[in-house]
Amino acid sequence: MGEFCMPSLGADMEAGTLVEWMVKPGDRVRRGDIIATVETQKGLFEVENYENGVVQELLVQAGTEVPVGTVLARLSSEGMAPPAAPSVPGPAVAVAVPAATEPAVKPAPEVPPLPPVSAPKRVPISPSARKLAAELGVELGAIRGGGPHGAIERADVERAAQEKKAAVQAPGPPAAEKPHPVDYQSGMRQAIAAAMSRSNREIPHYYLETTIDMSAALRFLEGENLKRSIKDRILPAVLLLKAVARALAQTPELNGFWIDNRHQVQESVNLGFAISLRQGGLIAPAIHNVDLLSLDELMAATRDLITRTRSGHLRSSEMTDATITVTNLGDLGVDTVYGVIYPPQVALVGFGRISERPWAENGMLGVRRVVTATLSADHRATDGHRGSLFLEALNRHLQNPEQL
Amino acid sequence: MTDAQLKEMVFRGLRQIAPEADPTLLLPDENIRGALDVDSYDFLQFLIAISEETGVEIPEADYQKVFTLAGLFAYLSAALAKKPS
Repeated sequence: MGEFCMPSLGADMEAGTLVEWMVKPGDRVRRGDIIATVETQKGLFEVENYENGVVQELLVQAGTEVPVGTVLARLSSEGMAPPAAPSVPGPAVAVAVPAATEPAVKPAPEVPPLPPVSAPKRVPISPSARKLAAELGVELGAIRGGGPHGAIERADVERAAQEKKAAVQAPGPPAAEKPHPVDYQSGMRQAIAAAMSRSNREIPHYYLETTIDMSAALRFLEGENLKRSIKDRILPAVLLLKAVARALAQTPELNGFWIDNRHQVQESVNLGFAISLRQGGLIAPAIHNVDLLSLDELMAATRDLITRTRSGHLRSSEMTDATITVTNLGDLGVDTVYGVIYPPQVALVGFGRISERPWAENGMLGVRRVVTATLSADHRATDGHRGSLFLEALNRHLQNPEQL
Repeated sequence: MTDAQLKEMVFRGLRQIAPEADPTLLLPDENIRGALDVDSYDFLQFLIAISEETGVEIPEADYQKVFTLAGLFAYLSAALAKKPS
């Protein structure tokens, strides 16, 4: 018997609104299926299922906001007959996303959930009343129990449903089909504020920077792009992402998490790619296994990710799986960016603008296109020496772009 | 394609990538990317949209010629004049 909980889609999330169920009781679901859409302060996300099974019961109705960890649905293990009655609900606050059993395949995205604002109240409720409440779309917290010890019975659910209906019908213009928080921007700021304050409070950052000659990389890219139609052109940012992934193979300590006073190096290289939103704010969803993608595949993955970020179709795994973040802020002008690490990650790589600068080499002064790469890293997890090895490796890979 | 149609198409493309901005307020010699806060990814999407409508694929080497509206219109007019219609 499995529980499907409100996932923590990042260190900055405390609660989410279940917007839509994509499954119904009786549906067979597989690991990776999208089973619900959830709205957070950062937008809409498609939430993936983590185990194979059959949907038993949906416990939270669409439109309800619940803290991270709240059980949203029950799943029975595959092949198991549905139990006669729902079991007693477990503790409200479970680990956001179940830790993976095979870390090699999937890093445990145990983003420690922030303490929930308020744990959902546990009221005694009869199984049939719970089922009815789910059917009628009544939030359990909104029902006054009329049974012994305030227990909720079927009649209470029916009454609450009537009241809800009246309340919905009464005021104002017809409600939109899906509930939408009014102000994304302030929500987004709150979310970023929470994550960044935590980072600054908990993570002893150290910063390193180096200037990288991009001549070889850009020449290579220009040659490659001449062979391609405009739709398939590769952006310089993609070369940078790939070089980061390659360099991480040499310094894997920077690719991972710091959780419960323990450094957890991850095998998969999932780069969180910072994407700023036009309406304000920032999201850094993960591109999975960047080390295994060709440049064309990585360009396609980046394009897909940017498109879905802007249209609100990111998947939950993309919000939880990033093992390190890359920010390419320089795309719009600045030379250098000193980033704030996104917890529980242990490093962030920043790129400034690629620009022409004077460059001395072999006793000659010339003009080269260069980029400033910075590393912000968690001093609990690594030391400056390790960090400088990473930047050296990054430089080396960008001098040999045909091998990226 | 008339100049007016070309202009309309370019503004439509810019509204796609920068919906909150009004591209008609751009000065002819203003840097489009800077003024509309358009990153390299969005600028590429804009150029792809233009190539789909006009058949003109602007090579990377010519990017610096199309960073302003004046430059872009001149570039596209010249390229379209060369194309057999």
